[in-house]
Amino acid sequence: MATLLDPTSELLPAQREVVPRPSSLSGARVALLDISKPRGDVFLDHLEAKLAQMGVASRRYRKPTFARVAPADLQHRIANECDAVIEALAD
Amino acid sequence: MAAIPEDFTGYIAVVKRDCATCRLIEPAIQALAGSRDLRLYSQDAPDFPASVSGVIDDRELERSYRLDIEIVPTLIFVEAGEERARLVGWQRASWRQLANLPELGADLPAFSPGCASKTVEPGMPEKLAYKFGDTVLQTRRVDVASQQDEHELMYERGWSDGLPLVPPTEERVLKMLAGTTRSPSEIIGVIPPDKVACTIEKVAINAVMAGCKPEYMPVVLAAVEAACLDEFCMHGILATTYFSGPIVIVNGPIADRIGMNSSHNVLGQGNRANSTIGRALQLVIRNVGGGLPGGVDRATLGQPGKLGFCFAERERDSYWESLAVERGFSPDQSTVTLFAGGGVHPVGDQKSRAPESLTRSLALTLQTVYHRKIYGRTDALLIVSPENMRVFREAGWTKARFRAALDEELTVDGHDVLAGADGIAEGMPDYLADKRLLKFRPGGLLIAHAGGAAGMWSAVITGWAGSGPGGSVPVTVAIKS
Repeated sequence: MATLLDPTSELLPAQREVVPRPSSLSGARVALLDISKPRGDVFLDHLEAKLAQMGVASRRYRKPTFARVAPADLQHRIANECDAVIEALAD
Repeated sequence: MAAIPEDFTGYIAVVKRDCATCRLIEPAIQALAGSRDLRLYSQDAPDFPASVSGVIDDRELERSYRLDIEIVPTLIFVEAGEERARLVGWQRASWRQLANLPELGADLPAFSPGCASKTVEPGMPEKLAYKFGDTVLQTRRVDVASQQDEHELMYERGWSDGLPLVPPTEERVLKMLAGTTRSPSEIIGVIPPDKVACTIEKVAINAVMAGCKPEYMPVVLAAVEAACLDEFCMHGILATTYFSGPIVIVNGPIADRIGMNSSHNVLGQGNRANSTIGRALQLVIRNVGGGLPGGVDRATLGQPGKLGFCFAERERDSYWESLAVERGFSPDQSTVTLFAGGGVHPVGDQKSRAPESLTRSLALTLQTVYHRKIYGRTDALLIVSPENMRVFREAGWTKARFRAALDEELTVDGHDVLAGADGIAEGMPDYLADKRLLKFRPGGLLIAHAGGAAGMWSAVITGWAGSGPGGSVPVTVAIKS
């Protein structure tokens, strides 16, 4: 019987549970994350207005550059300050 | 098992029947056994030498391995468990002196060279190191069932980039690790996208699978280290919808030493080092980092160089300083430069014999990187072939002069490349209309010399759309042993 060495990280994928989707946005605050791609702000402006009409609070965030993952402090701030997040992904 | 018993004082001889000298000196060994305390290890036949009783069977080679035997016969003098002296081959005078037997081997020639110990036969050192050595590999073992095809198992487990892999057995991995002096447990970097701390051992496993030889290990390790540098932004290069993958450019003496190609078909197939070093890096990113196409790798089209893209600069007859020297290293240093590159775009100019003309030709293609109307966003790598280099050499153009002339050709008036100009929506924003725009940011154009001696071709390789300090910048690291 041959034996091979495992070339992977040997990490079972960290089973991080996705937070359940909120059943309602009533009383929630929604993060609107602009990843710095062109026209992401246009899309988020629309969403912000829609949410305001619905009486839902929102807060705007922006990644310094779309090319890199969001800095840890930004991720932390969003998680602390908001209940849901909408990200404008593409241009 | 201790090769030398504790408190033993006497002699140890290691022989094999297959060695003519060992057979020749049988009378001397017999005499030694008769008058001294001798432990006799035979590597290939427990009944050899037949004239001596109590021969110790070492066909497993454990004792020979532990005694670090390279030649047979070897005679070792031991005092209270400690080796004091060692002789290899038959040297009558020395044997007599060490054994303190003035008449030893009286009928034998004064000298007869030994043979290679079975412990140093091809492939054997790795086998023995695995069996008896102290190197402990930490990696999880994956058993292949007797009915199972190991190649299919590797595919099923998702280890492959699509091409067959060399099965990473313990022997092969130990052999690969012999290509570096660094400890297998050393953490070499944190591999994106899963941010996994990666050991030298894991790199060796992936290098085996990629098809590397042990002597490539220092280059592979440097490439992995470079890919982990924050400014190279491997995560972004992987995640982009653009074409980019890490291109490995090797400079310095190691390129020739490990047989890399910098000449004909330098960017193509056919050279083991070129083909496997870049692949090893990509397999590390895939297997250790978890960077899978369709997962974090979101390339829309990708390009075949993402299997692995590695080549050496042709330094031996270059008129210009090498890429690495331009980037602050000395010509005798071996380095790896990583460039976030797309595919190869040929430049053909059969007529230019003047440097000004050829510069303009090259600039025409360089202007098309990313998009003809986009300036300052995307780096590029220009590979100048020997025949194109000749034009600059004959005109006495240094690399700096070429760069200056190129910059002039690569500068445009902003209003010519604005979004909407020429009926094309893509382009630069209006506020740059009155500016002079340079195609590449400072430091954003790499130039290397490579290729076969014949052919008036050069090549342009596009960088990542996200080039620059906010995305990826090319990185160069020195190759360690």
